[in-house]
Amino acid sequence: MSAALQARVGQRWRKPAFIKRPWLRYTLLIGTFLYLVAAIASIEVNWSRVYEGLDRGVAFIASFTNPDFTSRATDIWEGMIESLIMTVASSVVGILISIPIGLGAARNIAPLPVYVICRGIVAVSRALQEIIVAILLVAIFGFGPLAGFMTLSFATIGFLSKLLAEDIESMDKSQAEAIRATGSRWMQWINYGVQPQFMPRLIGLSMYRLDINFRESTILGLVGAGGIGATLNTAFDRYEFDTAAAILILIIGTVMFLEYVSGLIRARVQ
Amino acid sequence: MPVKTLSDGRKAWQRRDSKSQLTRWFFTLIGVAIFVWCWNRISEATTWFFVWDAPSIAGDILARATPPRWSYIEKLWVPIWDTLNIATLGTIGALILAVPVAFMAARNTTPSTLFIRPIALLIIVSTRSINSLIWALLLIAIIGPGVFAGVVAIAIRSIGFCAKLLYEAIEEIDVAQTEAIASTGASRWQVMAFGIVPQILPAFAGISVFRWDINIRESTVLGLVGAGGIGLQLSSSLNVLAWPQVALILIVILMAVVLGEWVSAKVRSAII
Repeated sequence: MSAALQARVGQRWRKPAFIKRPWLRYTLLIGTFLYLVAAIASIEVNWSRVYEGLDRGVAFIASFTNPDFTSRATDIWEGMIESLIMTVASSVVGILISIPIGLGAARNIAPLPVYVICRGIVAVSRALQEIIVAILLVAIFGFGPLAGFMTLSFATIGFLSKLLAEDIESMDKSQAEAIRATGSRWMQWINYGVQPQFMPRLIGLSMYRLDINFRESTILGLVGAGGIGATLNTAFDRYEFDTAAAILILIIGTVMFLEYVSGLIRARVQ
Repeated sequence: MPVKTLSDGRKAWQRRDSKSQLTRWFFTLIGVAIFVWCWNRISEATTWFFVWDAPSIAGDILARATPPRWSYIEKLWVPIWDTLNIATLGTIGALILAVPVAFMAARNTTPSTLFIRPIALLIIVSTRSINSLIWALLLIAIIGPGVFAGVVAIAIRSIGFCAKLLYEAIEEIDVAQTEAIASTGASRWQVMAFGIVPQILPAFAGISVFRWDINIRESTVLGLVGAGGIGLQLSSSLNVLAWPQVALILIVILMAVVLGEWVSAKVRSAII
């Protein structure tokens, strides 16, 4: 038994700390504590207003047991259809555009200038949030689902191209080389050497993005870019919690359905 | 191997046989039809005059927005601080709520697979599928506008995300370690503290930083519906068409997002 171990015999075992350096641990702890105090102190909460609101909160939760689908049926129906249309159209266009950009953003396929441009597009698209893009596009293209469609397509490009490029960069080189060795043209090389390797992941990611696009399409209406969001906003503004509950149930149901379908499809292709 | 016979009698390889080729064409046709229908609906709802006019309008807005009004930054420090607080406190709140939900949802730690697990999964799905802006709308209707509504909205929205990733981490833990702890005569809570928690702690830290990064993004726009933070300034500047201010706010938001991503990437690479 070594001396270090000998010295510890008979002492009580203590759980080792998560952060081993003591000065770092205590600096982090004290810093976090000070920040939390400052942060919580700077939030003004109107507790009487919150207390008044509790009744409304209870009313809202209660309205989930009694959602009102009928009194605003046409608004809800048109909003949901518009959301779904924007989702489908933007996913299709976004996926189609993101494939060439994804190929261009993969360093092992694209030459450097193309790589830099495509990575730039991806970075811009990922840094801007959907709702801000939607505000700008509504200002430029006017109200309506076209702005929402373009927003979602733009967001899809950033998401899908990045993940696609990462997948292509980690692909198996020997398969691609084998196709190249047969004397294939560039398109044939991509089509038979590269595409089969990223296709399962592309399908999985596309389904996932379809799901995200639907969720995002539900808020674009807040800034006038079409979809169910406008109806939902009106319902909340007028305290029509039963209508709002009906819309939320529809959204959750659609998301669950999309997740289920995308799970089925992903299980089949992988 | 799918082979077709050419007109001169030679045989040629093709990728798919004619039957699977036909089914593919059929499904492609349906897909295209759906897309065309969707596009038509969008097109009907669009005023195309505005669209053709768009380049000149975009140029006009750009001309109005440059240069950004840098002096406006003085009024932005407090909203930036609020935004940071919404993201951080929201994440902390979400983690506090997500941990019990995750333990209830994980197959190996749930008290009851039949009753409690479905409830936990329902909480995860419903909080995840509703956007934080909608949560903010709802909370503003209930507890009034302000930073607090933003914090609660972010917290509720993040429960599903954190709990989902956390319960997947719990389900993947090594059973041998928990059994070793249990065999020393440890109680249920001791097994939890010394067998399960150390195994999921790295995942937990990674998830919280990852979600914090996302929440920084989301909290910058919560103000659009009145839930505090820099989005409030964005919305009021947009309402009075003060494009130089909008430009500055967008720059600030962009920097916050990039900075948040950088911090989260650093912390995650330090943990994992």
